[in-house]
Amino acid sequence: MIPDLRAKHTWRSRKSTLMTALMIAAVVVLAIPLIAVLYSVISRGAGSALSGFPDFFTKEIPAISRREGPGMGPAILGTLLVTGAATLIAVPLGVLGAVYLHEYGASSRFARTVRFMAMVMTGVPSIVMGLFVYVMWTMRFGYSAFGGALGLACLMLPVVIGSTEQMLRLVPTQLREAAYALGASKSRTIITVVLPAALPGIVSGALLAVARAAGETAPLLFAVGAAKAFNAHLFTEANTALSLQIFNSDLAFPAAEGRAWGAALTLVALTFLMTITARVFTSRLALKR
Amino acid sequence: MQLFELRGRSHHADTAFRWTTIIAATLVLVILGLVAASMTQRALPVLQKMGPEFLTSSKWSAAEDHYGALAFIFGTLYTALIALVLAVPVSLGVALFITQVAPRWLKRPMIYLIDLCAVVPSVVWGLWGVLVLSQHFGLGRSFATAGVILAVMITPIITSLAREVIETTPTTDKEAAIALGATRWEMITATVLPHSKGGLVGAVMLGLGRAMGETIAAALVIGSALGQLTVNPFASGNSMPAVIANEWGEADDLHKSALIALAVALFVLTIIVNLIATWIVQRGRRT
Repeated sequence: MIPDLRAKHTWRSRKSTLMTALMIAAVVVLAIPLIAVLYSVISRGAGSALSGFPDFFTKEIPAISRREGPGMGPAILGTLLVTGAATLIAVPLGVLGAVYLHEYGASSRFARTVRFMAMVMTGVPSIVMGLFVYVMWTMRFGYSAFGGALGLACLMLPVVIGSTEQMLRLVPTQLREAAYALGASKSRTIITVVLPAALPGIVSGALLAVARAAGETAPLLFAVGAAKAFNAHLFTEANTALSLQIFNSDLAFPAAEGRAWGAALTLVALTFLMTITARVFTSRLALKR
Repeated sequence: MQLFELRGRSHHADTAFRWTTIIAATLVLVILGLVAASMTQRALPVLQKMGPEFLTSSKWSAAEDHYGALAFIFGTLYTALIALVLAVPVSLGVALFITQVAPRWLKRPMIYLIDLCAVVPSVVWGLWGVLVLSQHFGLGRSFATAGVILAVMITPIITSLAREVIETTPTTDKEAAIALGATRWEMITATVLPHSKGGLVGAVMLGLGRAMGETIAAALVIGSALGQLTVNPFASGNSMPAVIANEWGEADDLHKSALIALAVALFVLTIIVNLIATWIVQRGRRT
């Protein structure tokens, strides 16, 4: 029997409507935890983070966790130090690696292997990278912010390679050919033509990687230590970070719990800010996808 | 004159730059190799002492120097499975919504939303899991709580991979289905899903790998119970990364070696899952 395809309310169209409704329900289900966690972080964190502003961001962490009072300054400094150093290591190396993959290696066997392994490397658990850094660095040189930075850099490297290569793919071949026609060498073409053309996309990909790294705890767990005082040195002495303070906070004490929520709020604000900045860069992208 | 200079100078610089990029690319292989080699070496004392029992025994006791990881391997797989069961339908629904249903103006905000979900730090999910989810929803610290938190964490990852895959469906296929009188859902089952099947499986596998390796959130909510080999989702348990994070602080030398051995096992497990996933995804991209 041939169904009447023009009929308005058949079971076929109802099924389609039902499925569309389920998709919308899925969006709601996705949004609920995000809204719930933001609500908790803001409602419980804002009090401790903002009371006596700016004490929370500038004071040291109380040495005894049941003691009332503000202070996450050293952790904020530590997070910025560790993440900053990791960015300085991973982004240049990642961009160079991607330049090799797209501009030199292309579809050669070696490039394909590296591309494949970079994708596999994005799946290596962060705790494994943490222990790796412990074995390679901390056992020899002790706790420092730099050890944590190495762990984060290992996690960021494949992500930066992946996003940068995607951006290089969007640069039109004609741009490269025009540069060659003017007599520029390959390296000069890449540095002065290809990379600037892809820059907004590269920056946005890198920022997303940095945002994700800034919130990581596991790679820092065995490398950074648990200082409660300010430490601005990159290579020496134990340091700390916001994520570490949250993980190690003694939730039995209300004062420590309040500081943990305050630290969570600071960390979420930091990562969201970077993510949104990254998106602004993407929307200004000179090259259309 | 200017051009001549460009060419004359650049020969050595060109080679140097090329080699710099090759070294940077090789670093990926070097790091992966070093991870495998250095950690296996540190894990050897325990692996030699325990032999195959490391994987088959579920007794984990630092006091007796007996290290069997079976219960933790089980916990890792079990929580990851719970997470997948919860995350896959939601991810697929959201990905289909963004690509097939949402009006154009809504797409970008939706993608932002997923990005923000993906960037909430794992330790913040863990804190929320311990103090809100496990206390106010009666789940306690258990496999179920860990599964829910992991699901929340991998949903954005699976969604954005699935979205990319689904968007490669040729518009002509979809238009052909609509022209034949298919409803939106029939169009999806007839063209979008068959086209993206491989890529979607790959996306789910990558999500699985992520769920198995997720440490901090699991460490906070799973309950840290030893030797739990039960399918009761409301029992406290433990997973491999959670054990490493929670026990490292008070571990002596052999105990540390056992935890590193656990990390090696986790590394191997996730590498296998990721190799399969990457292979599926790349095969899907080529066709």
